Amino acid sequence: MASQIHPYRRPLAGHDPPNDVPAYRSTALRHPAQPLVVIPQTLSEITGPVHGYGPVGLLDGDLTRQHDGAPVGERIVIAGRVLDEDERPVPETLVEIWQANAAGRYAHAGDTHDAPLDPNFSGAGRVLTDAGGRYRFTTIRPGAYPWANHDNAWRPAHVHFSVFGHSFLTRLMTQMYFPGDPLLALDPIFNAVPDAGGRERLVAAFDLDVTEPGRALGYRFDIVLRGRDATPLEG
Amino acid sequence: MLPLTPAQTVGPFFAVLVPERGRLALVRDATPGERIVLEGVVRDGIGQPVPDALLEIWQANAAGRCNHPEDPRTNGRDPAFDGFGRVHTDARGRFQIETIKPGSVPGPRGRPQAPHLTVGLFARGLLTRLVTRIYFEDEPWNALDPILAHVAPDRRPTLVAAHRGNGKYGHAIVLQGRRETVFFDV
Repeated sequence: MASQIHPYRRPLAGHDPPNDVPAYRSTALRHPAQPLVVIPQTLSEITGPVHGYGPVGLLDGDLTRQHDGAPVGERIVIAGRVLDEDERPVPETLVEIWQANAAGRYAHAGDTHDAPLDPNFSGAGRVLTDAGGRYRFTTIRPGAYPWANHDNAWRPAHVHFSVFGHSFLTRLMTQMYFPGDPLLALDPIFNAVPDAGGRERLVAAFDLDVTEPGRALGYRFDIVLRGRDATPLEG
Repeated sequence: MLPLTPAQTVGPFFAVLVPERGRLALVRDATPGERIVLEGVVRDGIGQPVPDALLEIWQANAAGRCNHPEDPRTNGRDPAFDGFGRVHTDARGRFQIETIKPGSVPGPRGRPQAPHLTVGLFARGLLTRLVTRIYFEDEPWNALDPILAHVAPDRRPTLVAAHRGNGKYGHAIVLQGRRETVFFDV
């Protein structure tokens, strides 16, 4: 029996970074050389894990309270909304972050940067959005760190974001940056986003309304996921 | 209309968030269906293993139902099967997925699709997610699959896991070069 499916809009060409970006050296042997094959959306793609993956614990949204002591660094709040292109909030969807500590070091065996680990900071958090698509994390501001991409290369301070939405097609991995960072102009990953407007949307805004008086500076970072086409298709 | 948030690479350190490495079990004891084990590897453009890839698997249950409110078929749902999991490759670029053979999911104009896993792949060096599928060599419906029909015949084998008998399958995801896996724009 045929049924109708309600497909997702396809992103405009040039919205996402291309995968072949010579300035970002690791793309050289990893980007597909063949063009992507365009396929219709089916029930397999328009469905997906509804509430993300795994249970979310009470302290998972506060990366400063996951250990006995407080982590070193500047305490910050990152808050925002997950919306679709039609400005509809995406409720009860999983938002995950991970990041380096204040010294620019990840709690990961593969990170060999000569900067101290922080026994009070693991650097990973997860929350579900509320009915209005809102999320909120408390964390510390991550440090910038050097990487081997080119001579004297430094990644700007960033927080990795993983967002599910309600479909396999809304899945997004991205990175949030901080306003006014002089390293942004030099970063081949940030600058792989083709248009200036797209790059701007990856930079959080300092926001006094998000700021907790006497406790933590606040940054606003809204995330927009793919929305639906107006016309259903015979699925 | 609001402009979309662009993608960025998952980078090398996502294990801070996703510790599961090498093996993924999508099934519980109570999950009905034909048990299968898929052994795979991810390789780059010179055949080197990719030890830092993150794979996400989404699939229907044994009756072909997707665990999602937009699957209109209310019968055949399976509370013991979520259909989603993620795993990152081990030091040799390998992954092993213990799951059940999915049933058939309807495709365009109600045409049945051959059983398949929907796969999202992230890695350092990939600025966006790559989307592919994994079909099964021993499924006669592959020849009629409406999505495989969009793929040039000589590249279709890159989407089909080899049947090794006893419910075991082997599959390589090749990011670039000879026998490059087909990735989709969907």
